[in-house]
Amino acid sequence: MNIILAAVGGTIVLAILAIVFGLILSGVDRRIVARMQARIGPPLLQPFTDVRKLFAKQNIVPANAIPWLFNAMPIIALASAIAILMYLPFGSFAPILGELGDVILVLYLLIIPSLALVIGGFASGSPYATVGAQREMVSMIAYELPLAAAVIAIAWRLMAAGVADPFSMLTLMQTSAWDVVGPLGIVALLLLLVMLAWVTPGELSKIPFDSPEAETELAGGILVEYSGKNLGLFTLSQAVKTVAMAAFGIILLLPWNLSPFLGLTGAAAGVVDLIFFVLKVIFVAVVSVTVVRTMMARFRITQVMGLYWLVLGGLGAVAIILMMADAYLLGVI
Amino acid sequence: MAKKAPYIVPVGPIHPALKEPVHIELTVVGEEVISADFTPGQTHRGIEWMGLSRNPVQIVHLTDRICGICGVTHSLAFARAVEQIADITVPERADYVRTIIAEFERIQSHLLWAGVAAHELGFDTLFYLAWRVREEAMDAIELITGNRVNYDIIQIGGVRRDITEDQHEQILRCLNNYKDLFGKLKTLFLEDAVISSRCKGTGLLSFEKAMAYSTVGPTARASGCTADLRVDYPYAAYGDLDLKPILPTAYGSEVNGDTYDRIVVRIFEIAQSIEIIEQCLANMPAGPVLWEEKVAKILATCKKAEGEAVGRHEAPRGECLHYVAMDRSDAPIAWKVKASSYSNLHVWPLILKGAQLADIPIIVASVDPCLSCTDRVAVTDADASRTKIFTKEELTRLSYEKTRRMKQ
Repeated sequence: MNIILAAVGGTIVLAILAIVFGLILSGVDRRIVARMQARIGPPLLQPFTDVRKLFAKQNIVPANAIPWLFNAMPIIALASAIAILMYLPFGSFAPILGELGDVILVLYLLIIPSLALVIGGFASGSPYATVGAQREMVSMIAYELPLAAAVIAIAWRLMAAGVADPFSMLTLMQTSAWDVVGPLGIVALLLLLVMLAWVTPGELSKIPFDSPEAETELAGGILVEYSGKNLGLFTLSQAVKTVAMAAFGIILLLPWNLSPFLGLTGAAAGVVDLIFFVLKVIFVAVVSVTVVRTMMARFRITQVMGLYWLVLGGLGAVAIILMMADAYLLGVI
Repeated sequence: MAKKAPYIVPVGPIHPALKEPVHIELTVVGEEVISADFTPGQTHRGIEWMGLSRNPVQIVHLTDRICGICGVTHSLAFARAVEQIADITVPERADYVRTIIAEFERIQSHLLWAGVAAHELGFDTLFYLAWRVREEAMDAIELITGNRVNYDIIQIGGVRRDITEDQHEQILRCLNNYKDLFGKLKTLFLEDAVISSRCKGTGLLSFEKAMAYSTVGPTARASGCTADLRVDYPYAAYGDLDLKPILPTAYGSEVNGDTYDRIVVRIFEIAQSIEIIEQCLANMPAGPVLWEEKVAKILATCKKAEGEAVGRHEAPRGECLHYVAMDRSDAPIAWKVKASSYSNLHVWPLILKGAQLADIPIIVASVDPCLSCTDRVAVTDADASRTKIFTKEELTRLSYEKTRRMKQ
């Protein structure tokens, strides 16, 4: 009973916090991109205005769409994006449902918002959305390989170091992978850092991996037929997913907290860690999304495939081998 | 293996990748385009028809409105046609001013295109950069002509405004800035790994096909054709200058005729235009800029004129051609515009075939389409309230009939 209450309460609080923070993050992103392109850019709170406007607009369902599927997908996308947050620790706060799921579950949950987009795209019956949905499926398959390789490399190394329950989010938060590895392992972790920085924009469909939504090719792709509240829900799910993806990367590779260094305990430690965590999320989002999308052109879907499978998949394999060599050299296996 | 069914993706008439309306129908299998077709003529303005009830001086203003980018192209071509019929000699200084403004137009048009191309590739930073750089050319044009878009500087028999000595300094400052920027622009466009990988080998147009389809301008030169009106049939001040057509070999590469080559040609043409303007400014002869200052006298001369002529100009997109026929009346009896886009658009089905869906925008943009240049005639039956689309045979028959009427 207790856990259900915690889940319900936690969901509501987390959902509101994540939506607000996600939209602010999107505002920060737009603002920084504008500055980098020598523009002024919109106000920081523009995404709130956009979403408010979308929710006030009429919800149009195309004539040849499958209405229930078309309308259900935005809700599923937002719900699953919020569900990811239930399994992620924030700062020194343990995840609400941490005991009920691990990293692998988060990997699955990360797919659902994209899958909802794909199904919504197919259900809308527009040729642009169909092509966009096909591309989204291809890029989903593409970025899962390096992401899974990164997770496996870290979890395997933690297991080799004798850490109990290496796939658990709580373990990952408490035990930094950087603390258990030797020199070769550090090289491997740096490789994983690069890989995650490239997977993040792919996961979030941002330039150069925005081919499913490519405005100039597909007029918005998957989302082309979505309008009003449905589009607003997708915008919110995208904002929440940005937070979730950045947080996931931080938990895997940048899990430090500030309170042990400052010698803080109790509520003060929690607040300081949370602020530090938020700053880390902003930093990760800016580095791997904002900067990358400012300095690159959109990839072709074949290039996306090639990059994720050949280049980053290869890097992932190298990282796993380096991790094994590291464990072997340190004599833990 | 089961045969994959082709899938039709319509692009346009209204689409974010198209800045003007045109309908392109793509048959795709997976991501590959197996055939493409296009239907131009989605906007109708009837400019040629309007011209036939106006006198040549009024038409010069009208020609400025044919295209939003080529502010001087159409008026220059039209004025040259009328000057030939009425036997008007343009003062030398006016020829130099015309050349300078035409080359400024080439700079701003190519920069505008570069920005659009970057946007089509999803590279918005470069788009903003190119358009910011373009502003300086627009400012120079404003300095010379007083307008940023529809320049209205050409008059029959010369130009309306002279370029003063004070302006020389400002124009040269603008050109020097461009020279500094040129290296940067070249690096950003031609050395960027993503742009190269997206553009090399896409939208191939072989030399033979470019010749067979009569393409013009940078589109043709990127495929290795050396056709450049400024070199082949020098007019205005181009005869006094040392000019060579720009080919993709300018960047040290061989001629492939792909999208990348078309970028190379346009980027290097910007540098060439800067040199041309500098040469013109240095060698400008003194004298009047107008054959006759009084408009009434120009009109009287035009009214006495009889005959037909073709005025040509190498626009940023290629050769632009105006056919004018006059018969001692106020208005010309025939005026036909063939903008450069007419010659370039029809290679779309050819170069789109076999392309990836993702490359459609950049391939479509790589011929620098100007659709408002091509759309001027609508045949609408007001009584039946429907628009008629003529077949090629019907159009040929109509043109025979019209020629017969004109000869009577």
